[in-house]
Amino acid sequence: MNTSLLPLNSLLALSQREELVDLPKNYPLSASEDEGDSDGERKHQKLLEAISSLDGKNRRKLAERSEASLKVSEFNVSSEGSGEKLVLSDLLEPVKTSSSLAIVKKQLNRVKSKTTVELPLNKEEVERIHREVAFRKTSQALSKWDPIVQKNRRAKQLVFPLDRKHSAFAPIEHVLSGWKARTPLEQEIFNLLHKNKQPVTDPLLTPVEKASLKAMSLEEAKMRREVLQRARALQSYYEAKARREKKIKSKKYHKVVKKGKAKKALKEFEHLQKVNPTAALEELEKIEKARMMERMSLKHQNSGKWAKSKAIMAKYDLEARQAMQEQLAKNKELTQKLQVASESEGEEEGAEEEEEPIVPNAVNKVQMNAGGLNPWMLRSCTSDTREAEIQKDPKQPSEPVVHEVSESEGEEGPMVEEEILMKEFKERQSLRKRSELKQDTELVGSEETKDSSSQEVLSELRALSQKLNKKNHQFRKQKVSSAEAVVQVQREQSATEEEDPLLLQRPERVQTLEELEELGKEGCFQNKELPRPVLEGQCSERNPNNRPDASKEKKKKEQMIDLQNLLTTKPPSVKSLAVPTTIEELEDKEERDQKQVIKEAFAGDDVIRDFLREKREAVEASKPKDLDLTLPGWGEWGGVGLKPSAKKRRWFLIKAPEGPPRKDKNLPNVIINEKRNIHAAAHQVRVLPYPFTHHQQFERTIQTPIGSTWNTQRAFQKLTTPKVVTKPGHIIRPIKAEDVGYRSSSRSDLSVMQRNPNRLSARHKKHLKKNSID
Amino acid sequence: MKVKMLSRNPDNYVRETKLDLQRVPRNYDPTLHPFEVPREYIRALNATKLERVFAKPFLASLDGHRDGVSCLAKHPKSLATVLSGACDGEVRIWNLTKRKCIRTIQAHEGFVRGICTRFCGISFFTVGDDKTVKQWKMDGPGYGEEEEPLHTILGKTVYTGIDHHWKEAIFATCGQQVDIWDEQRTNPICSMTWGFDSISSVKFNPIETFLLGSCASDRNIVLYDMRQATPLKKVILDMRTNTICWNPMEAFIFTAANEDYNLYTFDMRALDTPVMVHMDHVSAVLDVDYSPTGKEFVSASFDKSIRIFPVDKSRSREVYHTKRMQHVICVKWTSDCKYVMCGSDEMNIRLWKANASEKLGVLTSREKAAKDYNQKLKEKFHHHPHIKRIARHRHLPKSIYSQIQEQRIMREARRRKEVNRLKHSKPGSVSIVSEKKKHIVAVVK
Repeated sequence: MNTSLLPLNSLLALSQREELVDLPKNYPLSASEDEGDSDGERKHQKLLEAISSLDGKNRRKLAERSEASLKVSEFNVSSEGSGEKLVLSDLLEPVKTSSSLAIVKKQLNRVKSKTTVELPLNKEEVERIHREVAFRKTSQALSKWDPIVQKNRRAKQLVFPLDRKHSAFAPIEHVLSGWKARTPLEQEIFNLLHKNKQPVTDPLLTPVEKASLKAMSLEEAKMRREVLQRARALQSYYEAKARREKKIKSKKYHKVVKKGKAKKALKEFEHLQKVNPTAALEELEKIEKARMMERMSLKHQNSGKWAKSKAIMAKYDLEARQAMQEQLAKNKELTQKLQVASESEGEEEGAEEEEEPIVPNAVNKVQMNAGGLNPWMLRSCTSDTREAEIQKDPKQPSEPVVHEVSESEGEEGPMVEEEILMKEFKERQSLRKRSELKQDTELVGSEETKDSSSQEVLSELRALSQKLNKKNHQFRKQKVSSAEAVVQVQREQSATEEEDPLLLQRPERVQTLEELEELGKEGCFQNKELPRPVLEGQCSERNPNNRPDASKEKKKKEQMIDLQNLLTTKPPSVKSLAVPTTIEELEDKEERDQKQVIKEAFAGDDVIRDFLREKREAVEASKPKDLDLTLPGWGEWGGVGLKPSAKKRRWFLIKAPEGPPRKDKNLPNVIINEKRNIHAAAHQVRVLPYPFTHHQQFERTIQTPIGSTWNTQRAFQKLTTPKVVTKPGHIIRPIKAEDVGYRSSSRSDLSVMQRNPNRLSARHKKHLKKNSID
Repeated sequence: MKVKMLSRNPDNYVRETKLDLQRVPRNYDPTLHPFEVPREYIRALNATKLERVFAKPFLASLDGHRDGVSCLAKHPKSLATVLSGACDGEVRIWNLTKRKCIRTIQAHEGFVRGICTRFCGISFFTVGDDKTVKQWKMDGPGYGEEEEPLHTILGKTVYTGIDHHWKEAIFATCGQQVDIWDEQRTNPICSMTWGFDSISSVKFNPIETFLLGSCASDRNIVLYDMRQATPLKKVILDMRTNTICWNPMEAFIFTAANEDYNLYTFDMRALDTPVMVHMDHVSAVLDVDYSPTGKEFVSASFDKSIRIFPVDKSRSREVYHTKRMQHVICVKWTSDCKYVMCGSDEMNIRLWKANASEKLGVLTSREKAAKDYNQKLKEKFHHHPHIKRIARHRHLPKSIYSQIQEQRIMREARRRKEVNRLKHSKPGSVSIVSEKKKHIVAVVK
């Protein structure tokens, strides 16, 4: 709106300006001329107006001017007559050209640039804003109380007054200032304490400690601190380095480091031997200890995860094998007991000598066979291979293997137990492998023979089936009409050839069997043949002579329709030659699937029977029970395994009187609970009370007793603590910020008020001023 | 010969003093106590019955005023001292232990509208219908001295209420506006208005002491901040609020006693919905006072009864009345949380126990334990119908009883109508307004 008006304004202003500019020219003109001119002009103007008014839209009152304004003067510019306001820019325009008026122009520009200040808001508005801000502030200030309020509301016990004096832990000396040792024992003790300058009043530091603290000079302290700092820095560097090294994943690196360390240690040891034999001995002892530890810890045995994995890999991987051997060697080395030279040494050495040739042998063999392995592994491997060789001749028994094992055991006699254990482990492994190999060999051996035989069997089977088919064929041909028979034959043939359709039929039969079982369970009156739609169809196809019977049966069954029936039965499909049967079968299958799904969903939903059972149980439960008061052993022999005689039992059995008839006796579909005791119900809670969400919750609270009869004294006191405790005769003051740990504002409310005097009443301000002047 | 004998440690069965209970060794195995719940139920039932039997709350009546008691004040330092102002301009100071008036002052001409004590307990202030605020010494004048106020401020308009700041030498009066006064000056240091109305009462917040609440006769409750010297917010209710009282333990909670028989507990930060509407009175509620623990409050009503409400319940737990007690104008809960005082129209101040069946005096530890146990039992079984019925039973004067019945019928009719309207109108066109929201007309910022 404004924007659209603006150009119009400026236009009008322009026209005015022209008039203004023209004015001085027009002034000297004679009145008559002026009049005549103006007359013509006016007419012209009117005409224009009329034309413009025809437009209808732009019906603006245009400036009409008949004579120069009276108010035109050098002091005053008016836009009277035009009906429009004078705009500053209009005045500035003509000034542009003359440079002498630059100052004026500037001043005017300055005036123009200054925006007018908005009107102040009315008082109410201002007050409202003030109020809102103040409210927000106070609300925030108050929210600090929220946690405390919540805590107090939830508190299990509140003790009023809240601002109790907490019993502070004052040292005894402060409490008993005037205390003096009186009894001889006390005096003696205090004498002792004083002699040793032990602290009596202030136990923080003894005088000696204080003196020592004072003794250390500043420089000393500084130096000490420096030393400590350096040590700490070094330690941290070292730690960082160690951590860095620890993080390195390269095994090689670690190996090298370890080796280096070992070498170093050895060197040092040797050096020690020369220099300081006693120290060397100690070192030796250490080594011995390490060995013992190792011996105990089984660390380098083959029991670890790594070792096992390597053992598996060793067969194929040279590196793994080497690693295993290395480990074993290490183990041996570590676990070898340092022998003191004795008589048995010779024998053992002999044994070792005996042993030694085995290893290279084995290695050679393995290298011949599959490559290097550790000795134990190797042996088993070799035996494996040997066995494999042996078993290629299947009729030979595996005795030699056993023999060999025993032999190898004989060889390993002098070995340490660990090694024996190791061996056992290996043997077990090898045995497993052997059995596998056996199977393999057997398979390999038999496959060729079997292949032929199985093929024979297969062919025989096929022939048989074909024969059977043919027989069927013939049998049916006798009975069934030719067209149907052809279909059947085609189908059966396809079945025997591809075996697919048969498999397809299978689940269906199972299904029907299940259905039968279910029906049987239901104990209903359905015949077994009923829910076999497809089969039935086939049946009907196969023996159309039976068809009328089937239809009769169906009629019978239709009288007793039930859910199962509805679900499973299907109108028997009438098949003709023209219709491709496979599609129908597919449809059947889909339907069957659906039925299956439904049945699964409602599996075990035998509602009526459940209800009946429930009712029976309820009736049984509500029946009054007979009371048996027989005591064994009274009047006859008693003991384990002896029962009181039937006569006695009869004698002591008190028969329960027949209760009143059940209310639901004649209502088969209703169970009326007669357990509800009206007399007790008057004392029972009917609706679950508010804070509880489940009746069990409520029952639990009721069932836990709180009395001292059932609880220990302590528990009783805890259970019966009152929620609010007030002390008689104590004034309870309102809660204070200091009570709950908040800092209350240090400034008083009054001082705050006086700090913003603009809101004080006028009189009070005056008063304040007077005060300040005074 | 060795004779085998039973021998017991006397510690296990001998009492320390003969006043002790006999020691009874007990087996707490629950299987041995099959009737725990029934036994406790019976104990609870008995406890509840005894509670009703011993419920004798009325302690004393302090008579001496020659006109209706219009205002009461507690002494901040002494539990035994109570001040009361009457409608004839008389102020009396009472000693509760002696149950006697210890001092009488003719303070004003016309009503004593308000009375409050200074936080130190040395002096007290009264305002009256004679447009004056007077400060009095708590102690009486010496021999031969005349009874004179310490200060007298003559105002332009009638002051209808007064309250003293909880920590500083400031007090607030109300009338045409809320004025905050410095005790030393004769002019208010600040006066706050919001509209033009006669404000009936003004109360300082006891925790955040710069906050004030006031209620005016144009049905509104206005909150002020003294520091910023500005009103904060205004809530307009259905009917006029007679007075408000701040919770002494929860800074932002206050309760308003309304003419529409109800009390409204507000959280001052959310004035549009009261936290709780307390309804049980059958006439205008004239005064309310919180217990010092902040868990309950007592209200005085025009229906000649006082009621005690738990803060978080909408129904009262107790109602006190006597035949002779007329319209109760003012009520106070003593600072030790044990007693309730009420001043009524028929010139008496009555002293009640806050807990009707509580035994007064020092309790032995065994009594205390029994009391706690009984209390817990009552709480535990208070949902059971018989116990509930006994615990809830109160005798009421016929007038109150019939009025309650009447109002119940009216409420039921209103509810029915509402339900019917809801049922037979286009869904969504009629909305149910909750009881809490129903009474709030507007909140003005």
